[in-house]
Amino acid sequence: MALKIVKGSIDRMFDKNLQDLVRGIRNHKEDEAKYISTCIDEIKQELKQDNIAVKANAVCKLTYLQMLGYDVSWAAFNIVEVMSSSKFTYKRIGYLAASQCFHESTDVIMLTTNQIRKDLSSPNQYDTGVALTGLSCFVTPDLARDLANDIMTLMSHTKPYIRKKAVLIMYKVFLKYPESLRPAFPRLKEKLEDPDPGVQSAAVNVICELARRNPKNYLSLAPLFFKLMTSSTNNWVLIKIIKLFGALTPLEPRLGKKLIEPLTNLIHSVLSLFIVKYLGLLAMSKILKTHPKSVQSHKDLILQCLDDKDESIRLRALDLLYGMVSKKNLMEIVKKLMLHVDKAEGTTYRDELLTKIIDICSQRAYNCLWYISILVELTRLEGTRHGHLIASQMLDVAIRVKAIRAFAVAQMATLLDNAHLLTGNTQRNGICEVLYAAAWICGEFSEHLEEPMATLEAMLRPKVATLPGHIQAVYVQNAAKLFATVLRGQEGAPADSTVAQETSQLLIDRLPLFVQSSNLEVQERASCILQLVKYIQKLQQKDVEVAEEVTALFAGELNPVAPKAQKKVPVPEGLDLDVWINEPPSGSESEDEGRKSKGKAVFAKDESRHTKPRYTEVDEKELAKRREVRKAEQANNPFYIKASPSSQKVRRHSVSKPNPSPSFSLRLWMPMSDQYVKLEEERRERNKADKKKKKDKKKREKGEKGRRRRGDSGPESEEDITPAHMVDIVTEEMPENALPSDDDDKDPNDPHKALNIDLDNCPLMDYQVVVSVIFENKCDSFIKSMEFNVLDSLNSKLQRPDGAGPHDGLIVPFQLPPGISNEARFIFSVQNIVMPQKLKGTLTFIVKTDDSSTHEKLDFKLHFTCTSYLITTPCYSDAYSKLLESGDLKGCSLKLEGVNQPFHHLLARICFHHHFSVVERIDSCASMYSRSIQGHHMCLLVKTADQTVSIDAKCDEPGLLGNVLDEIKLTFSQC
Amino acid sequence: MMRFMLLFSRQGKLRLQKWYTATAERDKKKMVRELMQVVLARKPKMSSFLEWRDLKIVYKRYASLYFCCAVEEQDNELITLEVIHRFVELLDKYFGSVCELDIIFNFEKAYFILDEFLIGGEIQDTSKKSVLKAIEQADLLQEVHTHTHHREKK
Repeated sequence: MALKIVKGSIDRMFDKNLQDLVRGIRNHKEDEAKYISTCIDEIKQELKQDNIAVKANAVCKLTYLQMLGYDVSWAAFNIVEVMSSSKFTYKRIGYLAASQCFHESTDVIMLTTNQIRKDLSSPNQYDTGVALTGLSCFVTPDLARDLANDIMTLMSHTKPYIRKKAVLIMYKVFLKYPESLRPAFPRLKEKLEDPDPGVQSAAVNVICELARRNPKNYLSLAPLFFKLMTSSTNNWVLIKIIKLFGALTPLEPRLGKKLIEPLTNLIHSVLSLFIVKYLGLLAMSKILKTHPKSVQSHKDLILQCLDDKDESIRLRALDLLYGMVSKKNLMEIVKKLMLHVDKAEGTTYRDELLTKIIDICSQRAYNCLWYISILVELTRLEGTRHGHLIASQMLDVAIRVKAIRAFAVAQMATLLDNAHLLTGNTQRNGICEVLYAAAWICGEFSEHLEEPMATLEAMLRPKVATLPGHIQAVYVQNAAKLFATVLRGQEGAPADSTVAQETSQLLIDRLPLFVQSSNLEVQERASCILQLVKYIQKLQQKDVEVAEEVTALFAGELNPVAPKAQKKVPVPEGLDLDVWINEPPSGSESEDEGRKSKGKAVFAKDESRHTKPRYTEVDEKELAKRREVRKAEQANNPFYIKASPSSQKVRRHSVSKPNPSPSFSLRLWMPMSDQYVKLEEERRERNKADKKKKKDKKKREKGEKGRRRRGDSGPESEEDITPAHMVDIVTEEMPENALPSDDDDKDPNDPHKALNIDLDNCPLMDYQVVVSVIFENKCDSFIKSMEFNVLDSLNSKLQRPDGAGPHDGLIVPFQLPPGISNEARFIFSVQNIVMPQKLKGTLTFIVKTDDSSTHEKLDFKLHFTCTSYLITTPCYSDAYSKLLESGDLKGCSLKLEGVNQPFHHLLARICFHHHFSVVERIDSCASMYSRSIQGHHMCLLVKTADQTVSIDAKCDEPGLLGNVLDEIKLTFSQC
Repeated sequence: MMRFMLLFSRQGKLRLQKWYTATAERDKKKMVRELMQVVLARKPKMSSFLEWRDLKIVYKRYASLYFCCAVEEQDNELITLEVIHRFVELLDKYFGSVCELDIIFNFEKAYFILDEFLIGGEIQDTSKKSVLKAIEQADLLQEVHTHTHHREKK
């Protein structure tokens, strides 16, 4: 023996250790595979030795090779051997290897149950630790079932090191063995208040994972989490909790209100990670949907966040502000935002800011004067990509709101006059887009211009030719409109006709520049108008008054089109929009050709070709649906960061030029909006005063009644602000068939579905099942000291006498001489009878022969079928029919084919094997009844015809029913 | 919950893999190969997050080594990034300015550290100190064992 050890250790000195292996592989880059195959041969030799140290070293090397992609599944048993070593050093390696290599279909896992249990209860916390760690990687449903109890015990271990691991592993156990959730939950909840912060955060993690899947079952924990959120200083935990509340708030709106305060505190605290701040803002935006008022009171704080140095926080805050804007605070918020625009760094953020401002205003602005001035102010933004957005808003407002046209036109004229400031660098400056709007507005509504001549002159400057083509085109066209207006003004005046002729001359001088444009549209329009003006000039020289006719060219007013206008147009009779205008081409040509060339046009294939497109269509629909669901989910998910649409566009040129706004332009760019804010305030005051007057009047009329109602006049509410101008603001409508995205269909295969267990009202009543076991001695020796033991599951426990430990066996109260049998009864307490289960057990006994006695062991399995929970109970037919009528029972059916036994045999079988009783029998049809130990009613209607038996069954517990039916099926398949 | 964590080099060599759900060997290989291709093909300026199959991938490059985690759709990418960084910090503390070679030659230690930090795909302890303390003590235990073992042999 000693020699063997020495031999082993000498061998070991020549063994490669892990470092040697790694080095070797690095040195054999060219023939790595060959080198490794020799190494594997060595390892195989090492594994054959008895020395555990050698084995562990070999397993360690295998783990490395496994990572390189080599198959090591053949060594699974050796891994178990190393796991079972009593030395921590080797055990650690064994478990590591197991966690890397084992998966659910690894057979040897079954052998590990007892070893793992032993390690879990080891006095050394590190043994327990590695066992838990390993288990977390390879836990199977069997292991979960068998070890759930042990792990649950560890959740209350004295060492926090073990407690926190056990708590986290429990989640894995729940996933593999959902039945364990209910009994383990109270303890898990306890851990939320564990004195050790690690354990606490572990419990938070697990509950967050659970709650995220089935939030409604965890609402009752909200107060506890609320407490944690206000007291915890661990940012990691805070993140999880905020996340959890994100899932809970939609279910319990009252939570939102309570959350505001602590969330604000979190944002305030300088210590917070930026992530927490970010999440806080996100959570607030969720609360905003249900409790806008409570968030609005934190406006200042959110505005402060706009100054944060982190861009994502600024963007979040911006989002939030966007949601908070109301008619009342619109001006104030936009004013603040405008200040930020000036300071803002980074084009992405600035662009975002700009779009948000426009978005906010376009939805809610009711003072259009103010809005136009805001838009004009925005045009001085350098290098923004959203020029077209501003432009379209300007057009929108000017077209829709008649009352402000004069003002808009004046503003636009100034813009046109100062166009050179905007067009400093047309290539990179998207802002020149606003000139498009400016030119069009000045042209279309030229009657409002104070100095049309000056504007016309500004529009025909040579510099205009550097603008993008589509803008030039608008310039040219609108110059013509302006020209008409100018002519009308000049001809109406008694002044001499030369002035009008000079105007024509101006156009004739300037337009040729545009006629040479490379842009088709500019050129076409310019040459057309040039000819027109030349003709006009001829007429003018003959002293003909032309203004009327020129104006007629552009007569007619442009009205905004109602969004539903198209819908209201009736479809002309005889027009069917669903009919093909041309027959669609059949199939793709290339496919046809391909088939022809192969010459294998088979009918079957032909058919599949026709059906195929339909399938893809369904798929596409399905995909679209899924995409929608996903989007909705993402939209509701605060942790999903959407790619901002603007960031996807890539700017083509990023050459930065010096700021082209020289000092003389300062006066022009003075924030005009401010003065409108003031005006607006005055207007509101006036309105209020007017109302007050009216009210007073009313009050006087109403006398007593009015006085009583005085108290509720309260602060100015939103409705009190009347819009300054009538605006048709179009709100977007949802399509009629749009569905609320709340109940996103859950994946039926989701493993977490099984964890949807209502934890608040669990029936903790235990039911007893008596198991009678017949022991028969078939050998020639005397058997004594039998000890019967069953491994408890969470659901079923062997009832042991008081004072016995949970793993103690029960002594069988008799001895067995050879050839004798006897019966012993054991009582099990069962919680849940819906599922069948198998309990593992062992019987230990002493076999006594004449000269010696040996201790032996017998493993067995106790199969608790669902049938075994049924008790034969008679039932009268009237009670039976009442039961069926009650509608509480859920149905299920079963068909058995090829049963060729007489009907009464069949019934007898069901009665005998499955504890049913016959209620009534008519010919080949019978109704049967049974009851479970928990009082579930189970009714069967059995019919037979042509060797086929159909069973329609009903029960108030569908799970139980399904399992009983499966068992009945099994009974008949065995006969 | 984190599904798995991979460490691989710029050259596409796997240095560490940890799977928090039992996965068949063949699937593991396929996923690792596919993911390495995807991640290695990405430019340095690109986002650290990407959607892959039904998972979200969060990765970060430290010197020549990519740390790559797959998390579920509901998980937060930012916190995963923090997890990666914390793991790197732990390695750094343990090995003393860690480099790729440390992880290659002491890969089992790297696993032990990871196992003390994450368990079953969840953070087990957020305190660097307590993680390192647990490792040190387990190492100490291992030392004692090896020592006694040597003595036995002598």
